[in-house]
Amino acid sequence: MIKFLLKGLLRDKSRSRMPVIVVAIGVTLTVFMHAYITGFMGDTMEMNARFSYGHVTVMTRAYAEEAEMNPNDLAILNTQELLDELNTQFPDMEWAPRIVFGGLVDVPDQTGETRTQGPAMAMGVDMLSPTSREIERLGLEKSLRSGTLPSSSGEILISDEFALKLGVEPGDQATLIGSTMAGAMSMENFIIAGTISFGIELMDRGSIIVDLDDARMALDMYDGAGMILGFTPGGYYNNDESIARAASFNETYADSDDEFAPVMKALGQQGMMGPYVELTEVWSVLISLIFILAMSLVLWNSGLLGGLRRYGEIGVRLAMGEEKRHVYGSMIIESVFIGLTGSVIGTVVGLSFAWIIQVYGIDISGMMEGASIMMPSEIRTRITPPDYYLGFIPGVFSTVLGTALAGISIYKRQTAKLFKELEA
Amino acid sequence: MAFINTTTFSQPNANALLEKVDENMASENRISESTMIIHGRRDSRTITARTWSVGTEKSFTEYLSPAREQGTKMLKLEDQLWIYSPSTDRTIQISGHMLRQSVMGSDLSYEDMMDTRKLTDVYDARLEGEETIGGRPTWVVHLQARVDDIAYHSRKIWIDTERYVPLKEELFAKSGQLLKQTTFSEVKQIDGRWFPTAMRFKDMLKQGDGTEFIITSIQFNQDIPEHMFTKAVLRR
Repeated sequence: MIKFLLKGLLRDKSRSRMPVIVVAIGVTLTVFMHAYITGFMGDTMEMNARFSYGHVTVMTRAYAEEAEMNPNDLAILNTQELLDELNTQFPDMEWAPRIVFGGLVDVPDQTGETRTQGPAMAMGVDMLSPTSREIERLGLEKSLRSGTLPSSSGEILISDEFALKLGVEPGDQATLIGSTMAGAMSMENFIIAGTISFGIELMDRGSIIVDLDDARMALDMYDGAGMILGFTPGGYYNNDESIARAASFNETYADSDDEFAPVMKALGQQGMMGPYVELTEVWSVLISLIFILAMSLVLWNSGLLGGLRRYGEIGVRLAMGEEKRHVYGSMIIESVFIGLTGSVIGTVVGLSFAWIIQVYGIDISGMMEGASIMMPSEIRTRITPPDYYLGFIPGVFSTVLGTALAGISIYKRQTAKLFKELEA
Repeated sequence: MAFINTTTFSQPNANALLEKVDENMASENRISESTMIIHGRRDSRTITARTWSVGTEKSFTEYLSPAREQGTKMLKLEDQLWIYSPSTDRTIQISGHMLRQSVMGSDLSYEDMMDTRKLTDVYDARLEGEETIGGRPTWVVHLQARVDDIAYHSRKIWIDTERYVPLKEELFAKSGQLLKQTTFSEVKQIDGRWFPTAMRFKDMLKQGDGTEFIITSIQFNQDIPEHMFTKAVLRR
């Protein structure tokens, strides 16, 4: 019977082609939209991870309590020892020590007197070690606007906008005035190697990037780091997995009452990122649900119309003596085939579009001018496991439901009136 | 009633008390060497310095140790302050919000060092009572600011009734919050005046056990050459 029904569907294009096309379009949109929402929201989270929080962050307990203020007097001091421990416990992760500090950039004139100065937010990252992936992680090469990346100690990058404000360019000298980790004033001379623009107003307003060892020297933090950021191998943040890793690490120090003992926090457990991660999860599900529901209604309607369009055919079949139950059953089986075929085609097409945008992205930097929160300047989709089965919900379920509802009318038709209806 | 009157008559005028304190604490000029022990949340650091000062307007400090701070110099001329850092060979003027920064990580801010106006010029003094501090009888004087450009809206000073030196001081914000506390000890007679040679400063908003400031040697009314208070001396 199934073979018979399939043959019927293939030979009668009006029963198969249009319904399959409608289902495939609906499923394509569902799969693509889900990948888009996951990608856009995930990218914003990834950007915050790369610049500020990592997928997990290791700090001292005392630092963690005031983390928003970057209290470097409470920083980690035995960084290398801790890195060795982290590499042993989590060999699949990458670790990046960072120091974030505030200060003043002072530019001297020819006599050494202050020509101009401005407040800066400085980030100490490992830019010079051959094994470090920080340049790639922060996209420094892509963000370079003039000059070069630092190639030796004593060279810094300064945001393009800030450089313009201070009237400096690559090759100029600047003095960074800050506080050592002991709270004393520190002054350190640097050469501006290049200017950068991240396309994020928050970062471009007044930031400088210093090599980690130079930052340690300036702040008198030998082997120190404000925090060690951890990145999971997949490159995407997984809240449950990161929270589990943090809990496993913190278990090691559970018995210690030292306020400078290390503590690990997942991205979703830090500052403003906690509510954002929760919001992302809720919104991602909510938006996907609304879209799936909308597509379900469309496909249900399509199934319903398909059923009603075959009113005459069903009448003939009933008049020829086919049982109502048999007619109803065959329509349901046909709709399952249509739903499955459309869903498979739609999922493949949807995933293909999503893959193209995931790999190549869409540049929206022109729309980001004036943005005050850290958001990506490129939109990328992100294919996740639900994308492989999500489209089948509206694709199969709604189509079958629509047909099932339309088919109920079969049972309401009276055989005595059939010929009258067919004659008309 | 008679008792009350007697007590009232025996209490000195608060402003007169402050002037007597100034006679001990202020001088035409002085040269001193000091040790500052900063008790941080994690560890303690010791910094030594030599200071030349004239009145309350001019002051020049050269840091002697530790190695990281050695050669750092600080020059104050009236309401301007410059710092010279030997590692960068730069002289930077400290102004604006930088004045609120801590001096060498201690519980003292540059602002504390800059505001050297006489207390009687900027505060209204009122005698509050008597207390004993470390076995010494003291007058408790409450000071209320009468100018706006001041770091501390009110102060409370415990003044030794016999030696006329402060033994304790509390500095308050306009909200009434206690911001800093200073205790004075090791009061010695130097060149005919009583002078506390050890102080402990505590920034109440900062964690840690405060900063000890010990004057290891002090000479009053010396012959200090004028060139000590020029910017040129910073890079020398």
